Amino acid sequence: MISLRNVVTLRKPRSGRLEERTTARPPAVELRHIDKRFGAVHANRDVSLSIAAGSITGIVGENGAGKSTLMSILYGFYEADSGEILIDGIPAVIARPADAIALGIGMVHQHFVLVDTFTVLENIMLGAEGGGLLRRGALAAREEVRRLEREYGLRVDPDARVADLPVGALQRVEILKALYRRARLLILDEPTGVLTPQETDQLFRILSALRSNGTTIILITHKLREIMAVTDEVYVMRAGAAVAHRGTAETDSVELAELMVGRKVRLTVDKGTVRFGAPALVAEGLTLRDERGVTRVDNVSFCVRAGEIVAIAGVSGNGQSELLELLAGIRPPTAGRFTANGRVIAPETPSNPADMRAIGVSHIPEDRHRSGLVTAFAANESAILGYQRDRGYSRWLLLIKHKLLRHCERLMERFDVRPRAPMLRSANFSGGNQQKLIVARELDREPKVLLVGQPTRGVDIGAIEFIHRQLLQRRDAGCAILLVSVELDEVMALADRILVMCGGGVVGELSAEEADERKLGLLMANAQSLELRAAAAVGAVP
Amino acid sequence: MRGARAPLPHWVDVGLIPLANVASALLIAGVIVLAIGENPLSAVGVLLAGALGDSEGIGYTLYYATNFVFTGLAVAVAFHAGLFNIGGEGQATLGGLGVGLVLLAGDGHLPFAALLPLALLAATGFGAAWALVPAWLQAYRGSHIVITTIMFNFLAAALMVYLMVNVLIAPGSMSPESREFGPAAYLPQMHEVLVPLGVKLTATPLNLSVALAAALCVFVWLLLWHTPFGFELRTAGHSAAAAVYAGVRPRRVVMISMCLSGAIAGCVGLNEIMGVHHRLLLNFTAGYGFAGIAVALMGRNHPVGIVLAGLLFGILSQGGTELAFAMPAITRDMIVVIQGLVILFSGALPQLSRPGFEWLFAVLSRRAPALWNA
Repeated sequence: MISLRNVVTLRKPRSGRLEERTTARPPAVELRHIDKRFGAVHANRDVSLSIAAGSITGIVGENGAGKSTLMSILYGFYEADSGEILIDGIPAVIARPADAIALGIGMVHQHFVLVDTFTVLENIMLGAEGGGLLRRGALAAREEVRRLEREYGLRVDPDARVADLPVGALQRVEILKALYRRARLLILDEPTGVLTPQETDQLFRILSALRSNGTTIILITHKLREIMAVTDEVYVMRAGAAVAHRGTAETDSVELAELMVGRKVRLTVDKGTVRFGAPALVAEGLTLRDERGVTRVDNVSFCVRAGEIVAIAGVSGNGQSELLELLAGIRPPTAGRFTANGRVIAPETPSNPADMRAIGVSHIPEDRHRSGLVTAFAANESAILGYQRDRGYSRWLLLIKHKLLRHCERLMERFDVRPRAPMLRSANFSGGNQQKLIVARELDREPKVLLVGQPTRGVDIGAIEFIHRQLLQRRDAGCAILLVSVELDEVMALADRILVMCGGGVVGELSAEEADERKLGLLMANAQSLELRAAAAVGAVP
Repeated sequence: MRGARAPLPHWVDVGLIPLANVASALLIAGVIVLAIGENPLSAVGVLLAGALGDSEGIGYTLYYATNFVFTGLAVAVAFHAGLFNIGGEGQATLGGLGVGLVLLAGDGHLPFAALLPLALLAATGFGAAWALVPAWLQAYRGSHIVITTIMFNFLAAALMVYLMVNVLIAPGSMSPESREFGPAAYLPQMHEVLVPLGVKLTATPLNLSVALAAALCVFVWLLLWHTPFGFELRTAGHSAAAAVYAGVRPRRVVMISMCLSGAIAGCVGLNEIMGVHHRLLLNFTAGYGFAGIAVALMGRNHPVGIVLAGLLFGILSQGGTELAFAMPAITRDMIVVIQGLVILFSGALPQLSRPGFEWLFAVLSRRAPALWNA
């Protein structure tokens, strides 16, 4: 079946077909008056949109604007309370993902859903094995994967184990998975969050190739640059409603940003002038090998002065997280040493997170759900995470509740955390407000050294602006800040100096003035060339 | 994921759902009672009257409930640290062994005032030590605590049989029991304690352990929700990464929380050996350790809930015994079936009725959204 359909597609002459099809075909997807509530939360309000067949349509909006809910309804994870879905002009009932797949809808999730221990081919076949015995299905699948690879440049070694692949390749596996299931409509949820600029370009080339073969693509993102680069049309969502529909050619990122937030926004922060003080955080030859003997941080040396923000850029997974953990006292270094606020930490004089806090090193962790707060705790409990032994909160060994509440109220007031509800479970705050609570908790201590990991990941534009201003304020007050971020915009907006990490080591250093996206991207991509070479070795490069 | 429903209000979560679970269990039990030709309603009447009808019934009910509260609290403490302690049975056995050893050694020489703290120390110490080994294996060697604690139940039982048959058996006795302790080693029973206060109760096994159980409820509540250590314990239970970030050593939390859990379970030994049997014997734990899991789950791992669930289990135990007397068709085994059903519904299937309630409340909230959101 699969190959037959594809043969038909292949034989179609391509030139001039797209125009004809887009005019002749009904919209690939039409959503009419979709409405969805989760208890008190009105996630989608009467959303209607129409996605032209063979187009790339962007859906932008802040976190919590309802994009993901809408796509989950389209993919059958949720059922809408009311409203209609039309696929190719025909009303469709999508009660579960299997229905969506049968209708030719494929979804590439933000967090990949792959079996680590399986090979690429096994992952692609999973759920579509094609019979009781694997062999025949595997042969057909291999053939199909080869074809897709040739046609769209989806380079990936079918026999590689998924656990061994870099992030960019994983995403290609996800796309292959969807296409293998004969998806004619591809939904990509925040696809570029983990990619380098070069990988992003590559993804966009793949998407364009798919479009020219008639595949319809929905791109969910909050990155306006990407919308401008690749889409034909764009819908803007805000507070659960679709508030605007534009042809991409007729709009620009400033207008889209305003539509998303509902007011004027400044996309850049004013950094002001800087006066650096004495070195506050100095690393010398820091090295970390994990339990398996793999070098995660490789001979890293740098210096952050008081009143300076040094950013570490790099594709995630190149040792930045481990470096942060080293500096926060979570892991002891294997070799080398660092000095924080006068205290020397080396393999023979290790530290721990409690000690590091005690000497004025605060840490805003990368993953707020896993580390930054305890989602099941009330906000006032999350607001003392890490400082639970502080004398100020307890008397006679007992935590004094009203002190916790008052502390939390004060943080919420100062950092505009909404809602101001210290008793509310941490999980019930939006991403931006959770992050503001964490930033508040750490900055409230007026640290001399601040370690910051991905401070604005999954945070809405308004909160990003706020958090950036707070970090700069802290810097101006003489704090030495080490910022780890995969968002180049953020790195360039905040940093006084930028280090690029790749494969555990620092591969380059740029001052804020000389840094631009291309230079950073090239430095970050050091490993990308390795990946290409590896791919070439197995003969997968067309 | 599909058709995600409205989150339920708190009172439904902690009140209505456990009640619905018990109701479902009783409903099925009622059908069984009906099937063997007895009237379920009068059976319930007999059960309640037997458990709560007079001071004797209440005394027995509270005595059983004491054990259920001990083991329920034990499970809850470990649970908040993210550990599933299935080993309450073994830890209770060892607690009893510790009490027995102390009393056998000391009842001739020491006064009650010295024996009581020593026995308490032995009950908690032996229970904690028996939990410590699985805890260490989990923390430092990655063995799963569920597996090891189950294994340690068998080890405890085997050890106890060996000791009772070969070492501690009273000379000349045919049954594997130790000699009876001297009167100085009796934990006063409540009908004795209350005599000076002018309260006259029927003699029941209910003893001072019930006060210990009450004190432990307060202790656990304070410890878990009102001390920095409890904060750290719960943090580690929810997210190891957050605990490490907060400067907590998860391994230390595993060790301490399991010790606490084992110590609390060991108190069953105090109640049974020092309070009731006054001698060391086999099988005095009688499944309390396992029932504790159901008690903790039903009580949502909170001391207040555990007291309520413990009382329910106490009522079922005592009322069930009465029922077996009053209705010959309902045998002792039937009572076990009924208890089993309650455990099944509130322990093993506590979320069974949740989707139904979520659906119900989703419908209600759609009908009257204003009311709902207010």
